[in-house]
Amino acid sequence: MNRTLSALLSGTIFGAGLAVAQMTNPAKVLGFLDAAGAWDPSLAFVMGAALLVSAIAYRVRGYTAQAANGIDTRLLAGACLFGLGWGLAGFCPGPAIASLVTGSGKVALFVASMVVGMGVYHLVLEQPGRAARSANHAA
Amino acid sequence: MTEFTPVSAAIGGLLIGLAAALLLFANGRVAGISGILGQAMWPEAGDERGWRIAFIAGLPIGAVIVAQVGGPLETQIDASLPMLVLAGLFVGFGTRLGNGCTSGHGVCGMSRGSTRSVAATLAFMAVAGATVFVVRHVLGASA
Repeated sequence: MNRTLSALLSGTIFGAGLAVAQMTNPAKVLGFLDAAGAWDPSLAFVMGAALLVSAIAYRVRGYTAQAANGIDTRLLAGACLFGLGWGLAGFCPGPAIASLVTGSGKVALFVASMVVGMGVYHLVLEQPGRAARSANHAA
Repeated sequence: MTEFTPVSAAIGGLLIGLAAALLLFANGRVAGISGILGQAMWPEAGDERGWRIAFIAGLPIGAVIVAQVGGPLETQIDASLPMLVLAGLFVGFGTRLGNGCTSGHGVCGMSRGSTRSVAATLAFMAVAGATVFVVRHVLGASA
């Protein structure tokens, strides 16, 4: 299958899954994250089912993780910042992008801010890092 | 407050897992949405944009299809506009810094047994839970 077409199909199935599971509804996501309130455990079922299928696929494919550079500050700081944003809005990247179809200005605002956040990362942390690496190569 | 919906949740999860399996077998890629979006916007040398843009475009298409066949597409957002901006900035910056989000670390990474992904998932789940606790039960925003 054409690689662009297969990616489009994968994204479409992914988006359909998010919608069916109602992960596109921040109120539902926050209900899951709010264990001290009227807890809605639904999203544990989303995660469990997704993990089951995906784990079989990775096993069949024999995919092994690349030599990871371990658990570092960067990974944990990034995960914590993401968790903070996720807890404040109830949106993580996939559901936010899928929810753009609702035409909601709030969704668009969140997605735009998310892209800006990615751009800030790229400008502040990735560009200087790459420049430093090429400088090292040159030296 | 939302209803507990285990069946639709599990069906949605199966679809997400199938989508990740398809991208793995057909493209040899991990279905990590923040990484795919970030590299589509700011590709490094050798990063192909075509399949990434196609994958991202598929997400809303899938949601539309579900809505067309009468599925749920309710989006209740209680956060204020400034809060949405702040949250979006954190999610965008944090997922790129930490190299993944719910899909890349939470589903794909954990399912292939990556310790980095397990650590990241525990961290973002814990912080998200703590954030909701503070917002709803300490600051007392409406739940």
